[in-house]
Amino acid sequence: MTTVTQAEPTMIESMPAQSRGARPVEPLIFEKSVPGQRGVDLPPLDVPKAELPADLIGAPVNLPSIGQHDLMAHYTHLSDRNFSVDGNFYPLGSCTMKHNPRINEWAASLPGFAQLHPLQDDDTIQGVLRLLYETRTFLQEIAGLHEVSLQPAAGAHGEYTALKCICAYFKDHGQAQRRLVFATDNAHGTNPASCTMCGADVVAVKSVDGWTDLDDLKRLIDERGAENVAAFMITNPNTAGLFDSNIARIADILHEAGAMLYMDGANMNAILGKTRPGDFGVDAMHYNTHKTFSTPHGCGGPGAGPIAVNEKLASYLPVPQVMMAADGSFHLDCDRPKSIGKVRGFIGQVGVLIRCWAYISACGGEGLRNVAEKSVLNANYLAARLRDVYEMPFFAPEKGRFCAHEFVTVPKSLLEKGVTLIDIAKRMIDYDVHPPTMHWPVHDCLMVEPTETESKRTLDRFVDVMLQIARQIESDPESLHEAPTESVIRRADEVAAARKPVLVWEE
Amino acid sequence: MDYTQITSDEQASMLGAIGVKDIGDLFEVIPEEIRFTDTLDLPPAMSELELQRALVEMAADNHGPHDMVCFMGAGAYDHFYPVLIDQLISRGEYLTAYTPYQAEASQGSLQAFFEFQTQMARLTGLDIANASVYDGASAVAEAAAMSLGASGKKRVLVASTLHTHYRRVLDTYLADQPAECVELDQIDGRISPETVRENLDEDTACVVIQSPNVWGLIEDWEGCFTAAHEQPKTCAVAVFNPIACGLLKKPGECGADIAIGEGQPLGIPMSLGGPHLGLFAARQQFIRKMPGRLIGRTVDAEGRPAYCLTLQTREQHIKGAKATSNICTNQGLMAMRATMFLTALGQAGMRELAELCYHKAHYLAGRIAELDGYSLKHDGPFFHEFAVQCPKPAGEIIAACKARGILPGVDCSSPRIGAIGEPNELLIAVTEKRTRHELDAFVEVLGEVSA
Repeated sequence: MTTVTQAEPTMIESMPAQSRGARPVEPLIFEKSVPGQRGVDLPPLDVPKAELPADLIGAPVNLPSIGQHDLMAHYTHLSDRNFSVDGNFYPLGSCTMKHNPRINEWAASLPGFAQLHPLQDDDTIQGVLRLLYETRTFLQEIAGLHEVSLQPAAGAHGEYTALKCICAYFKDHGQAQRRLVFATDNAHGTNPASCTMCGADVVAVKSVDGWTDLDDLKRLIDERGAENVAAFMITNPNTAGLFDSNIARIADILHEAGAMLYMDGANMNAILGKTRPGDFGVDAMHYNTHKTFSTPHGCGGPGAGPIAVNEKLASYLPVPQVMMAADGSFHLDCDRPKSIGKVRGFIGQVGVLIRCWAYISACGGEGLRNVAEKSVLNANYLAARLRDVYEMPFFAPEKGRFCAHEFVTVPKSLLEKGVTLIDIAKRMIDYDVHPPTMHWPVHDCLMVEPTETESKRTLDRFVDVMLQIARQIESDPESLHEAPTESVIRRADEVAAARKPVLVWEE
Repeated sequence: MDYTQITSDEQASMLGAIGVKDIGDLFEVIPEEIRFTDTLDLPPAMSELELQRALVEMAADNHGPHDMVCFMGAGAYDHFYPVLIDQLISRGEYLTAYTPYQAEASQGSLQAFFEFQTQMARLTGLDIANASVYDGASAVAEAAAMSLGASGKKRVLVASTLHTHYRRVLDTYLADQPAECVELDQIDGRISPETVRENLDEDTACVVIQSPNVWGLIEDWEGCFTAAHEQPKTCAVAVFNPIACGLLKKPGECGADIAIGEGQPLGIPMSLGGPHLGLFAARQQFIRKMPGRLIGRTVDAEGRPAYCLTLQTREQHIKGAKATSNICTNQGLMAMRATMFLTALGQAGMRELAELCYHKAHYLAGRIAELDGYSLKHDGPFFHEFAVQCPKPAGEIIAACKARGILPGVDCSSPRIGAIGEPNELLIAVTEKRTRHELDAFVEVLGEVSA
């Protein structure tokens, strides 16, 4: 008989402990493979076998063989190694990590939505076409613009699609030479990348204290020729967390030049129901449903990037478009001769749009305005409580300069004490807080967006955490270089990962 | 409800901390003339109970594969997937996390995506894969853009048997680039290596061939890609179906340099066309040209295995206008579903699944071909989808079958798939979900409909 002391604990790397850092490494699924195991079974073949020419057959796919219980354990353990909006404060600036209501998930998974084939006849899918049509009208109303296309799969995809429509419009109106797109120097990186894909040249416009420099904009238009400018891409509220009060003036400048104003809707959360892009001169914009309308971020996707455009641009939107006929029935219209075509297969991210419909329907018009108000309130509250310790270049309530739904801090006096921005961010992980967006839109900054769904209790705890980190920097800055110490791993060596990339496991 | 949590008392104290009296003070920055003072014209807010009711009603107004027998394919397929996928994917730790920028707070999704990349490389027989792009159609466009960029050449040869949506998206993406798209003619529904040779020249960046193609036919990838490689820097681009890879030769076995595909069959509901999953794999030499997110394996400060986003200098947020693609996310949860699906089935399960599709489709094709007035459009080998010439317009057959609870396939002349065929042609797909009983009943209905 074997005694306890004789048994060798060969599979146990460490004893259970309090800290996440003491948890054992989770082996790769490939390392757990046991030939002969199966996670799920299939029914037997119930028809005669057909001839299967040997020259068509390939080698077996080398996939792991895992029983169902171990499969569940694997993905449960992995999930335990993630921060999430459900489990952590996640103030990632410009990403609007708000609560994801579960009614939305339930809705998208209803078999009457989830199981539909995208090429079914319109008369079999009237319910979902109604939902899509209503989503279109909701988004038109919120933007104050004429028509929405639901097709783009993500924000960057929406940007690209809208720019394509703008370029198509000018081409159609004998102004194909309009190939310059202006963007502020603090624009999202996707803005210039989308321009390049449309064959447009990007011209950077200066920003001063976060606002567009009107003189620079006018000078550049004169210098490059008004007749060559297609559009100006602006994010409003901008990436510094400020609403640009000159926006209507900017629109006028563009329109006088015969060009269009494009708005990146990443920060729509701050202005829902308070002002509408169409009302301040925007000609085209995209939404990010995964930011503004609570559809989940899902470790990076799927999102959806519907675009809203004015009447001039409507006929260039992608096909198909969901329409309502005079008799109240719904159909998909493929017959749009001026359309730019398709930017993805089928109709769009329907499963995501169902969640978007459910969210807007839950909020209603007054609810959406309250969303904007509370998101701005929460951000200003955090900024006000932290500004004595964490410097904020754009936030000065005594001068009437508030932030929108997010704020930027450049904690200079802390950084002068021998820590880096990364040190601060990684120490936040030790306190169960997901670090904010870093080094963007300016170097050495943290961009903090709390969102409207956080409670005051969570905000106050965040303030405590940030002040505690500041105290640690005062007393023992060296210790922060070690952070995180309580996470499932210590700091990952990203330099080594890029120097000798290993993208695939080889046994 | 709007899901906010700040009470009016809390709001008052928070405004005090900010140093203002009214919430409106925070919005003074919006000039009065552009302030929206009305309430948005939206339906009144619904409680969760009302929402559930409204959604159930709208869902009930749809009929499809959940309450009918589905033979529709053409790029989206009615496959089985285990319930465990829905259960695992509903975990908030996956659902509500974002792009894993902070490696130490995202090891779960990073490791899962690393495993996904490995599975994709193995499924395609290629060296590397990314963490996914939007869908199959946009993957084709990204692959063409990558070939153009890597080779410095200007021509893209595309099979006329490529799914029409993929072709249209490719056209949209290439319209503004200094590139030319040349279509390869089909002979009996397939592309001949000779046709590739005839159109190939030294300025050809890539040759794009889908197999099984839009007709469901298995193309001669080996022949076509051998022809493509007669030009030294021309890329062979294979558009694949991941289920077919369980049985048929994989892109890498046939000489492909880049393989892209639609991942929807791997445990992702059809959802009227999205969200789906763009799969993207390639040979090692393209590692610094790949679009989309890449996850790398590294170590942490204590030398333990760790995972992180890598080679981000390729991406738009670093490179701006010089980026190879504007893509900024992957289809995270969909990639997660696919990796769970492949793990659940394993090597043996994937072979079994592909064989079920193959044999059931062939059984049905054989039985339909025996019916009076029906014949198969093509002679070539097919996987799980085939085109049938019917004695009546496909639209009439679809209407008659619908009344009997069957979605018999896709009308080849429909503008929704770019009118690939004649009005009497029906494209029929068969997955493992169809039972012999359903197949026999379908044949019977087709016989009655034509009588």
